[in-house]
Amino acid sequence: MFRRMGYNIKQAFVQIKRNKAMTFTSVLAITAMMLILGVFFVATININLFAEVVKQDFDMVELYIEEDYSLDGIKKIGLEYESDEGVSKVEFRSKEDALEIMKSRWGDNGYLLDNLGGNPLPDSLIVYVKDAETAKIIASEALDVEGVEDVKYYQETVEKLTKTTNFIQMASLVIMLFLVLVSIVVVSNTIKLTVFARSKEIRIMKYIGATNWFVRGPFFIEGIIIGLIAALVSTGLVAIIYDNIMAIIGADIIRILSVPIVPIEYLAVNLAIIFVALGVGIGSCGSVISMRRFLDK
Amino acid sequence: MIRFENVTKRYGENVGLEEVTINIAKGDFIFLVGPSGAGKSTFIKLILREIKPEEGEIYLDDMCVTQISNREVPKLRRKAGIVFQDFRLLEKKTVYENVAFAMEIIHKTKKEIRRQVPQILSLVGISDKAYKYPEELSAGEQQRVAIARAIVNNPTVLIADEPTGNLDPTTAMEIMDLLNKINRRGTTVVMVTHAKNIVDVMNKRVIAIKDGRIVRDECGLYDLVCEESSDDDTDEEDLYV
Repeated sequence: MFRRMGYNIKQAFVQIKRNKAMTFTSVLAITAMMLILGVFFVATININLFAEVVKQDFDMVELYIEEDYSLDGIKKIGLEYESDEGVSKVEFRSKEDALEIMKSRWGDNGYLLDNLGGNPLPDSLIVYVKDAETAKIIASEALDVEGVEDVKYYQETVEKLTKTTNFIQMASLVIMLFLVLVSIVVVSNTIKLTVFARSKEIRIMKYIGATNWFVRGPFFIEGIIIGLIAALVSTGLVAIIYDNIMAIIGADIIRILSVPIVPIEYLAVNLAIIFVALGVGIGSCGSVISMRRFLDK
Repeated sequence: MIRFENVTKRYGENVGLEEVTINIAKGDFIFLVGPSGAGKSTFIKLILREIKPEEGEIYLDDMCVTQISNREVPKLRRKAGIVFQDFRLLEKKTVYENVAFAMEIIHKTKKEIRRQVPQILSLVGISDKAYKYPEELSAGEQQRVAIARAIVNNPTVLIADEPTGNLDPTTAMEIMDLLNKINRRGTTVVMVTHAKNIVDVMNKRVIAIKDGRIVRDECGLYDLVCEESSDDDTDEEDLYV
């Protein structure tokens, strides 16, 4: 069939032109399922990102250092923690750095912080741990260490959040798998209708000596084209929907809440890749599979 | 050319063909006659390898129809041009495209197609309808297109399954003239028919099948070969015009 690619592509377009209604139905079916899939996909990606951020917090304990505590003293505390086997790394964050981080998180609204009289933030040591158990121990003992003013480690909150996001991830995975399954059934049935509408044609082709791949070729290419169109349409639609939802929530609110959001450009590219692969796969395999019983003779 | 050797085909309890042996020589024009359900369709289906016999061997040219693999079936079908009672044209292709399609499937170049198709269309006498769709044509014209498609690749045999079954007597005779013309160009023609008047006029070799067996095989008239079988055939009357 690849030897006669030109013929197949030409025939595929002729078929599409002459069977507009069927082509439209197929595209619609694939687009509809991809749209639902896409919305779920985007939601899952964002939840995943959120979970990642949460997990990062889980890995670390932030120790706030008393005002005017000496740098040498801070270094000493840091080295002590670093020698702990459960600790992977200790990082020093000066109050100036802390302010910078906060400003960058607030983004365009960062200027609000410029009006502060001084820097209210403390110096801090960030202790990265290898497991939750160590984190718990460090968090409970840190207040007794000289120079440590406060400990930031929201253990229970973090655990609850992790559980929730894990559940959401699992649930959406199941729903997405289910959707893919349903859509494959719907799509292969739609294509079966297309093929059935042309079963007479296929039988004639076989009668005058066409090989199976000769008959299949144009349908195969047609399936790919239908899948491609559906992929592009649904990528566009999902991007528009995503953009609108983000606009409604408002970029400023998102930034100040420090909730991470996957940028639309990144999502669109990945969605397009996934949808094209999925669409082309479903379209081409669907056409070949649904033609089987008309060709086995 | 076409050879059946002790071919038996059964459909469960029913007999399709029973120990049939036939030899059709190159360049022959034969009529295959007999009542409905006698085994005429079975005969054609066997040649085209739509079905396989329980026993016996079938040859088309040098090809053993009963031995080839499924992959070789398209090759077999290209050796035989086929014409049906209901024409079986591709409705969404023009006359020209229908004929060209038969050449496309055997990978002929565009140049060959452009040269050959008009010649064949003119041979069957529908050059002026080349860019019409089948539904715009009369039944006789559609059958001409079907014949053009069947012979465009110069098959060794042309198999016609009741080609005049849907046509009025005048048109039917025109189609017969065309088949005769094709036969004179060297193509073997096997025609299944019920039409007594056509068989009588043509005066060719007639093979009569009844209950899966060959009951007569000789040159001449329809009556001569199956006089007693006409009453059990329901759709025969309207064909005897």
